[in-house]
Amino acid sequence: MRGTGQPVMIGYYLDLAMRSLKRNKVLTVLMVLAIAVGIGTSMTTLTVMHVLSGDPIPQKSADLFRVGLNVFPDDNFRPGEEVPDNLTRRDAEALLRDARADRQAMMSAGTMVVTPAQGDPLSLESRYTTADFFTMFAVPFRFGRAWDRGDDGSHARVAVISAALNDQLFGGRDSTGSMLQVGSQSLRIVGVLGDWSMNPRFYDLSNGRFGDSEQVFVPLATALDLHLATSGTMNCWGNNSDEHAADAPCLWLQYWAELDAPSTRVAYRQYLHNYMAQQQQAGRFTHPGQIRLLDVMQWLDAKGVVPSDVRLQVWLALGFLGICLLNTVGLLLAKFLRRSGEISVRRALGASRRAIFMQCLVEAGVVGLAGGVCGLALAGLGLVLVRHQPTDYAGLIRMDPSMLLATFVLALLSSLLAGLLPAWRAMHVAPAVALKSN
Amino acid sequence: MDIRPILASLRRHRIPALLIVLEIALACAVLCNAVFMISQRVASIHLPNAIDEAGIAEVTLNGTDPELAGSDIPRNLAALRGLPGVQAAAVVSTLPLSQNNWGWGFGTKPGDTLTDRGSRNVSMYFLGSGGDAALGLQVLEGRSFNDGDYADSRFDKSPLPETHVVLVTRSLAAKMWPGQPAVGKTLYATPHYYTVIGVVADVLRPYIGDVNSPANYDAAFFPMSAAGSKGALSHYVVRSAPRDRDRLVREAEQKLADLNPGGVAHGRGYPEIRRGYFADMSSMAWMLVLVCVVMLAVTAFGIVGLTSFWVNQRRRQIGIRRAVGATRGHILQYFQTENFVLSTGGVALGMALAFGINVYLMQRYEMARMPWFYLPAGAIALWLIGQASVLGPALRAAAVPPVVATRSA
Repeated sequence: MRGTGQPVMIGYYLDLAMRSLKRNKVLTVLMVLAIAVGIGTSMTTLTVMHVLSGDPIPQKSADLFRVGLNVFPDDNFRPGEEVPDNLTRRDAEALLRDARADRQAMMSAGTMVVTPAQGDPLSLESRYTTADFFTMFAVPFRFGRAWDRGDDGSHARVAVISAALNDQLFGGRDSTGSMLQVGSQSLRIVGVLGDWSMNPRFYDLSNGRFGDSEQVFVPLATALDLHLATSGTMNCWGNNSDEHAADAPCLWLQYWAELDAPSTRVAYRQYLHNYMAQQQQAGRFTHPGQIRLLDVMQWLDAKGVVPSDVRLQVWLALGFLGICLLNTVGLLLAKFLRRSGEISVRRALGASRRAIFMQCLVEAGVVGLAGGVCGLALAGLGLVLVRHQPTDYAGLIRMDPSMLLATFVLALLSSLLAGLLPAWRAMHVAPAVALKSN
Repeated sequence: MDIRPILASLRRHRIPALLIVLEIALACAVLCNAVFMISQRVASIHLPNAIDEAGIAEVTLNGTDPELAGSDIPRNLAALRGLPGVQAAAVVSTLPLSQNNWGWGFGTKPGDTLTDRGSRNVSMYFLGSGGDAALGLQVLEGRSFNDGDYADSRFDKSPLPETHVVLVTRSLAAKMWPGQPAVGKTLYATPHYYTVIGVVADVLRPYIGDVNSPANYDAAFFPMSAAGSKGALSHYVVRSAPRDRDRLVREAEQKLADLNPGGVAHGRGYPEIRRGYFADMSSMAWMLVLVCVVMLAVTAFGIVGLTSFWVNQRRRQIGIRRAVGATRGHILQYFQTENFVLSTGGVALGMALAFGINVYLMQRYEMARMPWFYLPAGAIALWLIGQASVLGPALRAAAVPPVVATRSA
């Protein structure tokens, strides 16, 4: 009987729930609002967290490795200190020459001033790198192509520009073959990127972690020839006239390697250890010369790419949701127990405790669903607010289907959780006693 | 008022009572920590900075040829000084809170190098001729740079300037030479050494830690000649009366763009630099304020809802009390006292929780220790909110007429 009766009863409970909720509008609105603000704030902060801690390059993040070598001379070496993030030009060029990974690139951020044919000079964010950069990071091209390793070797005067810069300077047409005026020199445009923005900009976290990608890409060797300005951290020891010189004791280049198979990863690690052993023998240092090889997600984790403010906000919002739920528990309890008379009549007429429990849970579920819908609207509003904040990640925050689903699950779960205790209490209303007291 | 009947009654409503206590406790814990976080951010946003913030307009000039700086810079400055309302103009390497930091480790003993344990990381400001006046540095001891200091300084093969004079902030002086006059002492970054010729009031670094960080004012100022600056001087500072500042931002930017056709000039008022630096922080502070307000409102409504329920449940009981002689005041007092008892339990638990959360945040997020007075302040706030929200239902309870006692509910 229970098996066939259940769906009918759920419909009846829904009807009862709606009647009960309508009877006490203020209390209902209060409960729905409490759940809604709790869900709204939690989902806003969780969405920000979800977006910021996402995998920027899911198809390849396990194959791309940031290379770190501790080549500090003994004077500057401090045991127990982390391996520095960046490499010297000497080491980066040596690794690039050996080319033991499937792909590899060294790079630095910079700014350059470009003089367009018409209009004022533009100060542009740039990246100086080597040919594999574009294939490694799956950079899409709209026109033309990347430069090749030969261009790196010949210090070719070429550049790749972003879609945005192509729109700005060339009205979106195919500008490959056009020239880019940089001071007294000119660079030939060989490629125009498609829509590409890497957030967080995992390959170089030292210059703004989120936001627009670079507008101009130039071979590193060419950039050094033209004395283009670099930016990012420059960590030098000893005296030197030019920190960009081939043998300068300065850490400033990011180095990434693509290692597609587990066996190549093991081999590459061994290769790096061998390289460090050679450097030690060459007399650069006597300390053990640690290496560090981190894939994209490990690297982001190590650099703590999610701002700690965002983590704090999540904790705060969850605490807040807790308060809202306690509130709902209290109000539901008040509501159910106020109906003790009604419940005891149903019990006296033969309703099981289980039936009373289900009836109360259905009512709690309705409140939760309504709260979830309102909470979703509030979360939408919250995200609009977040997008209007002056933070660098503001523009990236969007709610995706998985977060949408999570909102409803959270709302329903939390309201059912909130309904459990009141429903439990309600089902223990003794039929006789409640009737007598009336 | 005797609280024994209240306790007896609460014992019969353990669960709702416990819920109110927990809600108040959680609200108290979150409130204390949130308000503390807000106060930390507000204090950071208002960190003092001894330059003429209100009067400074800054124009960054990029893309010019560093080889020509020796002639370009004096020409540019002469043009800027010709603008109406300009009191001083100079070119500097960076500005406080501009995020463009040039740091180096300095020690107090000959032979101290960058990486010695005793070395202290100091932000270096390079000032072109007249930079002290353009920024409005306040010299507390000793003297500022003279024309000779500016003319003699240049960059050679090192990131450190070839000069032998330096100005330090008061905070840096106090840390390098505690209890001693700093003027005449020497800063070492072997093989370079610099004699302190003056101490200036505290100027913030280009990039600072949180408000409690002791290193926020660890800055030193070096003179720099235009010709020897190797491109390090690119921030033009124009000082004026505050009312002229925004006009001068535009005029100075235009003037430098006109004079340097290959360069990119970008102008900002100093207040904009400060606002930009703290933008994240102030938006976080506002978010915290919003959460606190909504949270307190939710808590208050929760108390209203539950107390209303209790009042309704006890109408007959109240009527009987009224019938046997209790005044309206007694009934009102009963519910107020009941709420006070519950709030007291809540805040006691809440203060412990607040302290625990603070300790956890200190370990995980480099939060500072919350001063003790936040705890009682949070407690008082929740007591007041409890009393305010119980007032409505309690007044309704007091309005229950004694005749209710004679009716069957």
